[in-house]
Amino acid sequence: MENLNLILPEIFISLSIMFLLILGVFKNDSSKITFNLSLFAILITTIITINETFSVTRETLFNESVVVDTMSSLMKIITLIGGFLVLVISSTYLKTFKIYNIEYPILILSSILGMMVMISSNDLIVFYMGLELQSLALYVLATYNRDQLKSSEAGLKYFVLSALSSGLLLYGCSLVYGFSGSTNFDIISNQLNSNEYVLTFGIVFILVGLAFKISAVPFHMWAPDVYEGSPTTVTLFFTMVPKIAALTVFIRFLYVPFLNLIDQWQMIIIFLSIASMVFGAVAAIGQTNIKRLIAYSSIGHIGYTLAGLATASNEGIHSSIIYISIYVVMNLALFSCLLMLRRKDKYYEDIEDLSGLSKNHPLLSLCMLVILFSLAGIPPLAGFFAKFYIFKAVLEQSMFFLAIVGLLSTVVAAFNYLRIIKIIYFDTEKDKYDTDHSLWLKFSLTVSTILILLYFIFPSQLIEVVSRINII
Amino acid sequence: MNFPILSSLILLPIVGALFLFFTKDKEGNNLTAKYVALFTTVVNFLISIYLWISFDQSTSSFQFVEDRTWIEGFINYKVGVDGISILFIILTTFITPLCIISVNNSVKNRLRDFLIAILIMESFMIGVFCALDLVVFYLFFEAGLIPMFLIIGIWGGARRVYSAFKFFLYTLLGSVLMLVAIISIYWITGTTDVVQLYEIGIDVKYQNLLWLAFFSSFAVKTPMWPVHTWLPDAHVEAPTAGSVLLAAILLKMAGYGFIRFSLGLFPVASEVFTPLIYTLSIIAIIFTSLIALMQEDMKKLIAYSSVAHMGFVTLGIFTLQQQGIEGSIIQMISHGLVSAALFLTVGVVYDRMHSRLISTYGGLVSVIPKYSILFMLFALASLGLPGTSGFIGEFLILMGAFKDNFLVAVIASIGVILGAAYILWLYKRVVFGKLINEDLKKMLDLNRSEYFILSCLAVPILFFGFYPDPLIKTIEVSVTDLINTHNTNIASK
Repeated sequence: MENLNLILPEIFISLSIMFLLILGVFKNDSSKITFNLSLFAILITTIITINETFSVTRETLFNESVVVDTMSSLMKIITLIGGFLVLVISSTYLKTFKIYNIEYPILILSSILGMMVMISSNDLIVFYMGLELQSLALYVLATYNRDQLKSSEAGLKYFVLSALSSGLLLYGCSLVYGFSGSTNFDIISNQLNSNEYVLTFGIVFILVGLAFKISAVPFHMWAPDVYEGSPTTVTLFFTMVPKIAALTVFIRFLYVPFLNLIDQWQMIIIFLSIASMVFGAVAAIGQTNIKRLIAYSSIGHIGYTLAGLATASNEGIHSSIIYISIYVVMNLALFSCLLMLRRKDKYYEDIEDLSGLSKNHPLLSLCMLVILFSLAGIPPLAGFFAKFYIFKAVLEQSMFFLAIVGLLSTVVAAFNYLRIIKIIYFDTEKDKYDTDHSLWLKFSLTVSTILILLYFIFPSQLIEVVSRINII
Repeated sequence: MNFPILSSLILLPIVGALFLFFTKDKEGNNLTAKYVALFTTVVNFLISIYLWISFDQSTSSFQFVEDRTWIEGFINYKVGVDGISILFIILTTFITPLCIISVNNSVKNRLRDFLIAILIMESFMIGVFCALDLVVFYLFFEAGLIPMFLIIGIWGGARRVYSAFKFFLYTLLGSVLMLVAIISIYWITGTTDVVQLYEIGIDVKYQNLLWLAFFSSFAVKTPMWPVHTWLPDAHVEAPTAGSVLLAAILLKMAGYGFIRFSLGLFPVASEVFTPLIYTLSIIAIIFTSLIALMQEDMKKLIAYSSVAHMGFVTLGIFTLQQQGIEGSIIQMISHGLVSAALFLTVGVVYDRMHSRLISTYGGLVSVIPKYSILFMLFALASLGLPGTSGFIGEFLILMGAFKDNFLVAVIASIGVILGAAYILWLYKRVVFGKLINEDLKKMLDLNRSEYFILSCLAVPILFFGFYPDPLIKTIEVSVTDLINTHNTNIASK
């Protein structure tokens, strides 16, 4: 008998989704209660995850197709917390656009379920199922504000391109299966050590598919449009949660089935990393819409995360996970600020709308200042430490070129963030924004800003947790 | 010594800033905020004086050391002072209260935020001078960019945005390479602790590249020719207090970094690159002095003179002679006092006339005599007249340079003459001559606070000019030790 306790979080969240669907169908005006219940469900799932799996070093289930280890538990917890916070701060935004429906929390829950399956997958088929489950939910979420042209466009674009990449991914999986005779990661890892060309194709296809999911250059084209068009809360979800899951899968693919083929993928990852860092920094220069700018900046940040993966060392994996965790917090803080730019039921998204914000909203501006400097990687804020660990890992492997290109692109990227700070602090002020924000929004902004600001006092804790992960 | 005196020096301004943050911001002249800031910085100054008194001058080892684990098994929060760094700490704590007294005229809006920025800046600057771990040093070194960027950008002049960006990006670009070098040092030697690194030494084959990486950061910050162009812009646009901090302390971080890290960690590479430093310093001295001659803006002129003076400093450091390095340190301290004073004197007339152009003025001596006398003192100190602290520094540097390289010393001496030329010509055009501009006649002489600030600066300039012994005694043992370790390192390689 399998130890079902280990996948209790997934079971619980699936049951909650079904229950909420039924509730939504049979009860009128149930959006509020669905919202609250789904928050509750996420909370309980988090607790279950912490209780049941956090102490497990490594266990496999169902014919070794699902794995529960430290990395999966940690990433699931980050995913769940991310999902919870997104859900909790979106209600005001959704009410403003009159899209406060039951589908929203259920879709978010389903995509989280998909991600959790992805994170725990140890088998090509399980992985693909999880991926598609989360993607389908995300397509709908992108078009969620369906009365707006841009939102529909974003969803359609995302759907078409994502389907294409899933196709590539699937083709790559089939090639790998053809060569190894198994869909299980561990078995693949033992079987794959030949230098067949076709196998390289398989790896490349899989990497391309994954690169698309995390929007690494040159497979980033969808990101700016989708980020801009989607409702802001969904964009927040896009920039945080799916990336965590995709990164975990990335790590698993590279370091379990493809571990022996390091020579073949290392250059690809280095290329993806450098291209993303440089492109993310340079392309953001001319942007006028904050969400587009965030899209490019997230491309750049993914580049740094990939730089950690390219090192092929445990240290590098740790640094990537630390980077993505800190990035999630910074993103949450930035979007909380963005959601506060509301004036009479209208949300403002242009950089120019921030003009002179510091005169009327000193506290909000101060938070943005901290967040933006942190994104730029200026010490002593959390963003600096994130980059610091990455480059520490990169330099351990003597990859000087990667490190220097990465650090030089931080200078270019810093320009983009400075531009926003300049507009907030140096320019002339505009009208006041509304200040009656929901308590949760204020809470998430305050907590994330304080985490960013004071991370330097206790930097060891995060490392301690992350360093329990041993993949290689 | 168990009381963490250095950490309290670093933390106190932050506590003050936090306190200010929770007070209510008032429009106009916010006296409460000013008193809080002033009180904090004065207490900090007194602590640093106590530090100097209890400092043991007979040893070159680090004192008041605090060593705490910060990131498990990787970085320790380690601070401590020796004869070289203690003077810079005192300079910092001495200049900052003067800046705060001076702000009532130059900063019109958001005074509270301005004071917070200055206090945070002070804490970072002290941190730079007492950090004994490369990562901790880098942290403070870079963190200082944030408040300075805001000081220039929010309270600066007309082209403040351009200048703030230029300042930030230039310095950041220089520094990222230093970060690569610091992490590489960690992987080469297994530690970033400066004291341990002094003992272990770094393998010769890595030294040249690492030295260049550190150099890229310090050269921008010093600033050395040809990467000095951010400085005039930043100085001109920054408010007076910002210029003072920038000139008096920020520039010294790089000179200090050269002595502490470039010389200390990479002795062989320092020898290799001495010709490079000499060339750049000479160009800086001659070239920027000539540029200074042509300036029409007073602040710009002083900014260029800073570049020239810092050229002397780098020259002195890399003579690798006792006199040269001592001279450089004293020159930095002296330049800290003198450039601060000069920026403040410009600030005084700017507050009254709202013009920094030299052509606006002329004949001030008959209107504001007190001001003119103090201005003259500072001008003379800047050109290095015997009897002022500027002389001691320049003299020692040239003495060291003559020992090491005759030609360089001769060219540098020409720079001294040019230095006299531009500053005296500036003084002549502003203070002497006919009083043509009618508006000038209504000018008031120094008010109490201005008089107080400028006298505070004049006293140490004169005192150390006649009696530099306290300074030299403090740094002597440390510098001798530095040179000795350097020579043994070179001999063994």
